[in-house]
Amino acid sequence: MKINDVILRTVTRIVVFIILTFGVYLFLSGHNTPGGGFIGGLVLASAIVLLYLSNDIEKVQKSLPLDFKLVAASGVLLATGTGLGSLLFGVPFMSQTFAYFDLPVFGKTELTTVTIFEAGVALAVVGVVVTIILSISEDE
Amino acid sequence: MFSVTFAIIIPFIIAALVPFIYRRFKLLHIGWFVMLVPITLFLMLARLIPSVASGKTYIHTYNWIPSLNINFTTYLDGLSMILGLLITGVGSLVILYSIYYLSTKESLQHFYCYLLLFMGAMLGVVFSDNLMVLYVFWELTSVSSFLLIAFWNHRKASRLGAQKAMLITVSGGIAMLVGFIMLHTMSDTFSIREIIANVGDLTEHALFIPTMILVLLGAFTKSAQFPFHIWLPDAMEAPTPVSAYLHSATMVKAGIYLVARFTPVFGGDQLWFWVVSGVGMITLFWGSFNAVRQTDLKALLAYSTISQLGLIMSLLGLGSIALQYGYSEESIIYTQATFAALFHLINHSTFKGALFMVVGILDHELGTRDIRRLGGLMTFMPFTFTVGVIGSLSMAGLPLFNGFLSKEMFFAATVQIMNADVFSLQSLGIIFPIIAWIASVFTFVYCMIIIFKTFLGPVQPEKLDKPLHEAPVGMLISPIILSVFVVGIFFFPNLLGGYILKPSMESIYPTFGDPANLTPSIHAWHGIKPELLMTIGVVLVGALLYRLLKKWKPVYGLLSSRYTLNAYYNNFLSFAESKSTNVTNKYMTGLLRDYLVYIYLFFILTVGGFFFYSGAFSISFSMDVRIRAYEVILVGVMAVAAVAMLFSKSRMTATLLNGVLGYSIAIFFVIFRAPDLALTQLVVESITTALFLLAFSHLPDWKKERVPSKTKITNAVISVGTGAVVVLVALAVLNYDRFETISAFFENAYELAGGANIVNAILGDFRGFDTMLEVVVLFIAGLGVYTMIKLRAKKGDENIENK
Repeated sequence: MKINDVILRTVTRIVVFIILTFGVYLFLSGHNTPGGGFIGGLVLASAIVLLYLSNDIEKVQKSLPLDFKLVAASGVLLATGTGLGSLLFGVPFMSQTFAYFDLPVFGKTELTTVTIFEAGVALAVVGVVVTIILSISEDE
Repeated sequence: MFSVTFAIIIPFIIAALVPFIYRRFKLLHIGWFVMLVPITLFLMLARLIPSVASGKTYIHTYNWIPSLNINFTTYLDGLSMILGLLITGVGSLVILYSIYYLSTKESLQHFYCYLLLFMGAMLGVVFSDNLMVLYVFWELTSVSSFLLIAFWNHRKASRLGAQKAMLITVSGGIAMLVGFIMLHTMSDTFSIREIIANVGDLTEHALFIPTMILVLLGAFTKSAQFPFHIWLPDAMEAPTPVSAYLHSATMVKAGIYLVARFTPVFGGDQLWFWVVSGVGMITLFWGSFNAVRQTDLKALLAYSTISQLGLIMSLLGLGSIALQYGYSEESIIYTQATFAALFHLINHSTFKGALFMVVGILDHELGTRDIRRLGGLMTFMPFTFTVGVIGSLSMAGLPLFNGFLSKEMFFAATVQIMNADVFSLQSLGIIFPIIAWIASVFTFVYCMIIIFKTFLGPVQPEKLDKPLHEAPVGMLISPIILSVFVVGIFFFPNLLGGYILKPSMESIYPTFGDPANLTPSIHAWHGIKPELLMTIGVVLVGALLYRLLKKWKPVYGLLSSRYTLNAYYNNFLSFAESKSTNVTNKYMTGLLRDYLVYIYLFFILTVGGFFFYSGAFSISFSMDVRIRAYEVILVGVMAVAAVAMLFSKSRMTATLLNGVLGYSIAIFFVIFRAPDLALTQLVVESITTALFLLAFSHLPDWKKERVPSKTKITNAVISVGTGAVVVLVALAVLNYDRFETISAFFENAYELAGGANIVNAILGDFRGFDTMLEVVVLFIAGLGVYTMIKLRAKKGDENIENK
């Protein structure tokens, strides 16, 4: 059965970018306002799932040639890596730190190691969600 | 010290890099690259020998989990130096040897990855001061040993051997962990150095004896002591470089290291003395006795390793008696047993490593290691023959080789122990020299078997698959280097004694003052003493027994195969397997409904039960705010959706109704001003709905199930009960005041973590460890789904096992 999904496809093309931007915004704003790595990752994943829903899998894979298992693995590596990284500075495992910097464009900005950790979380979430949904949908 | 910590870390880092390097440089054997690691580490350690010999120790601490007393503390002293040098030194030689042993057709990236994992873990065991860290590395050596034994995993024997080694050593490891936790309870520290420093408070503690037994269980299983030795012969399914490295030179010495390390804690106790020396003696005899009957050269070496490990173990037991006496002129004589143990530890690694490599050469070049098919190889393989003879004669304890020196010291120690006047040794002490002598006779016999049956006698080319020829030079280098050590240590033993053994005596007898007093000068000739007479006796009787081997070998037939330890092990395994299958089949019905029943029952019993018994179900509505109209409407919508789900005809409807529930909860979060939760709930709900719909497309239509009404009633009761407990708990938490509130701490998130969003500050910083593990769990779940769907065997796929 061929479903006529012209509307869905057209809408998706625009909406996906809005969702992706929203996801990145959520991820970055998580430190001080609602958001964060987990939720940001989920939103990014839902955008990708939407792409897959409205287009066929081969087409998406051609324009988005990512192995999501690798994305998930690198996320886990990043998250655990930040934990180990703190050992290099002689502080206990999983110690996080933050500082304020004056950056050219952004002005006074807070940079924190939690962001790296959260990036790992986000990548892991995106990777796992898409991997699960793809494996189930590709199953014959 | 920095470099010692790095010595542990470097192998792990390189192990992670090996697959990438392997892919990049296909032409070069990856072993050449890997070999640089142990060589570098060996040189690094060797540089520290002089300062360690002068009594210096290196310690460095990384705070890991300071709140639990678990810190990554590395400690380099004389004792760990011996093991560290063996691990890196023998490691370099074994890797050089393996380059010629394993062809590039094998999956080398796995082999060297596992080998480096092992090397790092083993260095971790000997350099760790923290018991918990030591335990982690200890189990990691078991795991990497498992992977290496099962390297040729298409062979059933390899897999079974790996399983056996894993089961036995890991069970011992868990016993040891319990022992470590008990040690922590007694001493309130995980640091071995601190425990040793405060040992006086421990001996009277009620847990002292149980702790000792549990720690010994770990050591005995790892060092293949009777009756746990049965895993070692089966572990010989591993490639020979692995056997030479793990199962003779290093990993099996971990148990001995542990016993030596804990001698200052437990030594001096009567039970420790008898168990360690007794088990060692039994193992010494049983190993050498069984080695004689083997026809497979590698199995023979396995039993001989068991026997030699028993020898070292019993020496450590004998030496511990000195701590009972305390330091005095008279008690020094008993410390010589420990000295001999450490000396033999090194000697054994040299000659046994060489012998394993010789057997590997025979296996590799001739295609067999069965002594019934070998013979007369002396003229065809002169170099292999020389190394084999040197190794065997050293093992037999003959002069010109280092085995002679340590064997003599061993005899001297067993004779000396008869003079002790504690632990009823005046009457029982006589058994030590007797067992030692008998076992040494058997040792002599199997050493002769190695020499005469393989290298002398008639050649049998018709029984060999390959033509007779000498091994390539590359394979000979490592065994030749080892045999140079075998001879060299005989001529210059005091070099070893002064630089390597002396500082380690201080580690074992920290209260005995200057270790120079405990370090004897080793001489090959020390007059006609009992030990020399014993050696002469061993040679005479051993030679006689070897001549008459055919006459008395039927003795072994008397041992019924039904009552061997292996039979017990196999019976136990199949018994446990069938029992657990029965039990598991009883409750794993394959019906999701049943599993939910277990989960909810457990929930009602534990959560409901806890609240009920602790009297926490106190509900009061006095604090409640007024309920608003739209809250009632929202609850009404949810209730309708929930009830409607029961009557829906298709999965699609049910899923959508479930979605209504989820989105309504999200609205509740909005109303109650929890934007984080609302956001999360919304996105999770969308994705799970999509996931449900996807999954349902694979399922058959939702048919009405015929369930007996009795089941229906039970299920109804359980579901209502679960709902009731949830509601009651939700109401009761408002008044629950048993715990101190911790939210005040988190309110400082902006100062402590620099984040105004408390929720995320908790997730990423305060409780970051939890989040990290959750991410790992999520990842594992994702991999699980992927492998179950993508990699499952299709119908008609052949079974790749047991080819």
